[in-house]
Amino acid sequence: MNRHMIPLVIFAALLLLFWVGLGLNPKIIPSPLIGKEAPKFEVPELHEPQKMVNNEMLKGQVTLFNVFASWCIACRQEHHHLLKLQRQGFNLVGLNYKDEKQDALMYLRQLGGDPYTMIGFDYKGDVGIEWGVYGTPETFVIDKKGIVRYKHTGPLYREVIEKELIPLIRKLEQEP
Amino acid sequence: MKAIVGLFIVMSMLISSSTYALKAGVPLDFKDAEHEELYNDMLHELRCTVCQNQSIAGSNAALADDLRGHLYKMVKEGANEQEIKTFMVDRYGEFVLYRPSFDSSTYLLWIGPFLLLLLGGTVLVLNVRSRKKINSSSDLTAEESELLANSLGSKKEKK
Repeated sequence: MNRHMIPLVIFAALLLLFWVGLGLNPKIIPSPLIGKEAPKFEVPELHEPQKMVNNEMLKGQVTLFNVFASWCIACRQEHHHLLKLQRQGFNLVGLNYKDEKQDALMYLRQLGGDPYTMIGFDYKGDVGIEWGVYGTPETFVIDKKGIVRYKHTGPLYREVIEKELIPLIRKLEQEP
Repeated sequence: MKAIVGLFIVMSMLISSSTYALKAGVPLDFKDAEHEELYNDMLHELRCTVCQNQSIAGSNAALADDLRGHLYKMVKEGANEQEIKTFMVDRYGEFVLYRPSFDSSTYLLWIGPFLLLLLGGTVLVLNVRSRKKINSSSDLTAEESELLANSLGSKKEKK
């Protein structure tokens, strides 16, 4: 190889590095929970505070665990996707994170309904800490055994739902 | 009036004890200096995952308030540095530590700069050596060299 080619090769390598590196989103932090059992928690249900929602209730069927709040603007963007997922027959469990009950109820009314089978009311945000929540909305996929298999940080959008979420759920449904 | 003020104080105490959130810079009570030091050290070791270039010491994000509260609670309950780090890493990943542990996913992060230094140093040494060779191997004959030296010398003398 010609000596004068060396700077060109280095330049090309840098270009590739920056191309890939700058394309990554630094806000997306890989979750250490993936492959592990869903964290333990128990909080009152939002609509029926006398009932409790806990991690055991995530077992038995493939579940989408979605963290949302009425103050979270990005949550509004994904809400119609959640409603659609519910209509398609998927099981959604919500976690209302650091919110006021009345605000949360109004939020669900305003945005066209409640897509969740049940909603944990995490007033203090302790459950959020257990789940490593740092940027609502966050969506976890929990398999039948209660193992966390996937996490999406930020609002869900069509491409992610169709190319990642639904294929994964279909696959997990085949597992015992 | 006094009763109302008293009630207000009691209520605000109740509220602050029922939640873990702790604002930045709020003065806190510690059992001893060791606990206080641990708390302050950890504040600067832990990254706020919302505002990624701030430690939880100075961040005003709501999550940082919560994490400070949790940290304070853990320190009060006698947790050591390793237990606190494990608690945070189990939930937020290695990213939460400003100095992540040395394992397979962080080798490049830790060794990278030294590798680059080694690479740069090697290139530098090779370059200097090849230049030395050029300088020492001259095409001039002995006569020419002498003439060159003389003329350079005479120039200097003229000055």
